[in-house]
Parts: sequence; structure tokens; C-alpha cells
Amino acid sequence: MAEINLTINTQLAREILTGFIQSEITRVGFSRAVVGLSGGIDSALSCVLAAQALGPENVLAVRMPYKASSRDSLDHAQLLIDQLGVQSKTIEVTDMVEPLIQLDPDMSKVRKGNLMARARMIVLYDQSEAFKGLVVGTSNKTEILLGYSTMFGDSASAINPIGDLYKTQVRQLSRALNIPAPIVDKPPSADLWAGQTDEDELGFTYEEADKLLYLLVDQRYMPQEAIEAGFDERFVNTVVARVRRFQFKRMLPPIAKISNRTIGYDFLYLRDWGT
Amino acid sequence: MRLQLALAQINTKLGDVQANLDKHLGLIDKAKKQKTDLLVFPELSLTGYVLQDLVSYVAHRPTEEDPVFKPLLAASHDLDLVVGFVDEDSRHRFFIASAYLSGGKVLHVHHKVYLPTYGLFDEGRFFAWGDSVKAFDTRFGRMGMLICEDFWHASPPYLLWLDGADIMLFSSASPGRGLGDNEKLESARWVERINMAYASMFTSFVAHANRVGYEDGLHFWGGTTVFDPNGEELAHGPYNEEALTYAELDLNQLRRTRARLPLLRDERTGLVRSELDRILSRG
Repeated sequence: MAEINLTINTQLAREILTGFIQSEITRVGFSRAVVGLSGGIDSALSCVLAAQALGPENVLAVRMPYKASSRDSLDHAQLLIDQLGVQSKTIEVTDMVEPLIQLDPDMSKVRKGNLMARARMIVLYDQSEAFKGLVVGTSNKTEILLGYSTMFGDSASAINPIGDLYKTQVRQLSRALNIPAPIVDKPPSADLWAGQTDEDELGFTYEEADKLLYLLVDQRYMPQEAIEAGFDERFVNTVVARVRRFQFKRMLPPIAKISNRTIGYDFLYLRDWGT
Repeated sequence: MRLQLALAQINTKLGDVQANLDKHLGLIDKAKKQKTDLLVFPELSLTGYVLQDLVSYVAHRPTEEDPVFKPLLAASHDLDLVVGFVDEDSRHRFFIASAYLSGGKVLHVHHKVYLPTYGLFDEGRFFAWGDSVKAFDTRFGRMGMLICEDFWHASPPYLLWLDGADIMLFSSASPGRGLGDNEKLESARWVERINMAYASMFTSFVAHANRVGYEDGLHFWGGTTVFDPNGEELAHGPYNEEALTYAELDLNQLRRTRARLPLLRDERTGLVRSELDRILSRG
């Protein structure tokens, strides 16, 4: 297979992404950020970037364990909190989601996972108001493209500094920014149930997916060209189908147009309008 | 003759013309104290870049009666200015424009002739296409102005060259893209290469002012440059931060370079025209 190089200049990435956080938070009248810290690498990276952009005292890292969450997740999040000196809070989501789970004893793992992700969103947005800080997102480009997220759950944020970095680039930048090795090196997991890993659930590794997505998305390869470049046909078809199927997760809900000027179609302004 | 040039790579407030005007006047003051002859601002420096439906709200006419141009024209008694704005013509077409102001007068207005409407760009949806590329005379010699995508095409700089421009003033609001393992963004490398190439091929001065700051997720990278008629870099502004970058242009360099390298003298414009006629008439 042809060499596919996803290496980034980490110094330049850091400069652009911290500048982005600084600009997009302060221009709308805020100076602080709230980050949900899971103990995983993506939220660790967003938290480091926010701390560097705004100063650690202006970042609130929120740990939100569920009773089944692994101890490691909490400990790893604490490692980073101690290293950065950011403010922190631990708010369990167990009591928020359990009553709903009790209503339906047959509830699937996916539904439970979605409940937890959305409970965490509620906590983060509540802390956003209390701390007067904007919620900084933690979704990377790989999971956004693959639709591997809970809508209005972990995908909800005010701004997202890492959404144009593939998972392997998140790892590279995290190492360069001295995120503790246990966080960088462990298998990625949403930690929604014991032993869950992203790569088991997806059926392929992030490293493979990133290379393929880079060709399909960044380099505009046709699926057939990706197969000719050496990727397995079934893998290519699976990924292409996932990207298409989850387009809805990357959009605001479409509004049915009946007037001459409709939000989303011909009422077009940036978020940064007037700032 | 020498020309003290300054390039202002600024951040802007999206759609807030008054705030941007105030920033212009502050920098004009600063540049004036450094005995600047000509101060160049980036593309849409008075309005911000991703204007979308804001276009009609931020448009101005470059006249003495206009409340935005009045103070700029007054300031142009002290130093020449290039500013970026949305120009509205008498029939209410909106253009991405650069105005050259000097001695209280508008010497020239350029309307962007190439509106990128692909990828992340959507200019053709909101703006009218300019339809001329003209050089103009200033107290420092003949110049030409182009805006961003204009100089991604080879023909507008070439036309300015043939029309007598010895100093090309380029302005951009160039969103950074293409982060790889190189020390510079792909977009920055590309723009710097072609600026250097135009200076070399046209044995002319080429100055480029690019803005900085963010608009939503777009990041503008700055990195202002000035190249001399030998293609040598005279000045290079920082990346990703606001700056005034100064360069002294020794205009006699045009003569020395062209005595050595008579590309302009030897340019076969008749050949270009006859071949263009042939190519275009093929149907």
C-alpha cells in the first residue's frame, strides 16, 4: 500500500488551535471554558489546549462517572487535572440516568450509553452557566466522520478545537503536549460499559480508518481508487457507508422551507457575526 | 527613489465597519510616525471576510461624502493607503474591492475579478465579478492591485505587468489549510511561492498583505511578504498575529534588474495576442 503520511507539525497545530479557542471564546464575551474530562485522550487534548489558550485557572474540567465506569478513567482524568492545574469537579451521572433505566429493564447497551452521554451533556451545560465558561468539544475528525458519537450527547459543544484532527493526529499532538502516557497509550473507549473499546465496536482500528478516511475525504479518492491503493474492499465499503449514513449527525435538523427566507438555506451568517 | 512601504496584517470584526475603521485610523497614525509612504491593508479590511448576508449592510462608496471614506481620504494627505471594502455601484451590485487613496483622492478602485466559489469559498454567491484589470499611476510610479484569488490565476498579474505596473499590491483574506508535517501551512507555501514567482518573472516589486484572526473555524495566517524585482524577499511578517511590517523599496532596483534581465523588453505581446486569438476562435 502507498505511504500515507498523517503527520502534522504539532507546534503549528498547537498555535492555530489555542488561537482558535482564545478567539472564539473571548469574542463572544467569555474568558473561561468547561471540558468534560473522561480520562481518554480526546478530552485530555481539548483540556490541554483550553488551558494553554485561556490559562488553567479559567478551565473547569468535569469528571462525570457512572457507577460502571472504570476506576482508570477517573484516575487518568485526575492525572491530567493535577498536571495542568485546571479547576475541577466530579459529578456522578448515575443518579440522573438510573431512574430512566429502571423504567425499562430490557434497555439495550446502546440506549444506556446514549442516556449517559446526554446526562453528561446536561451537566456540562449546567456547569457552563455556573462557571460562565463555554463548553469545549472533544470529538475528533475520525469519530465525527464515522458517526461514532451520541447526538446531543458527547457531540454537543460550543466550539470544537480538535474536530479536524484524525485520531492518529490526536495521539501525535497529545504526545507533543506531554499528556501523560497512560492516557495516550490505552485503548480508546467510550467507557459506557465494562470492557468496551471503540475499535472492537467499530470492527477496525483507528489507524486503518484514518488512512482510508484521509484518502476518501482529504484527498478526494473515489472508493474504487482507495481499493486500488490497497485497502480491503469490504473495509472501504463499510467506511463509505458509515460516513454517508451518519451525515445527519453532522448537521442541524433541516427546516422545511416555505417562506422566502429560511434559516439554514438563505439566512446565512457566521456564528461570529458582529464580533 | 525609495518608497517606505508598510503592510498591516490585521484581525477584523465581522460586519462592524466602524470598529474596523477605528483600527485602520490607529494603524495609519502609527505608520505615519514611522514615515511610511504607503500603507496597505488586506482584503475586506473594513468589513471582515465571510460576510454572507451581511454584504449589503457593510457596503460603502469610496467618496468624500461617505462617512467611512471621509476620514480615510483625509488621512491619505499624509500617506497613501490601500484599503479593502465592499463597493456598491450605482445599480446596487456589490464587489469585493480595494481602493488606493492618495492626497485626499481615490486614485483607483479594483474590483476582484476572480471570486472563488468552490471548496470552503462562496464568494460568487454574494458578490458581483469585477471586469477590469488596470494599472494606475501614483507618485511612486505605476502600480496594480489584485485581491487574493485574482493572483492565483496567472493572467491578472500578467495583464498588470503589460499595463505598466512596476509595483504589484496584493491583498488577501486567506484561510489557512493543509496542515502537514511542514513548518508552514500548504496555503501559506503556495501563496509565498507564487508571489516570489511573479516578482521574478515580471522583474517587479510584489507586496502581499494577508489578514490574521479567526472567523468561526477559519483561521487567517498573515505572513505578509514583499519581494523585489530579483525575486528576493525584502520583508516577511509573522504568522498568525497582528503586525505592521515595513519594507524599504529601492525603486532604482527595477532599472538594475531589467538591465540585466530584459524579460519585459523581450515579452512578445503580439505573439500572445495572435495565439490567444487563434485559441479563442477555435470555438
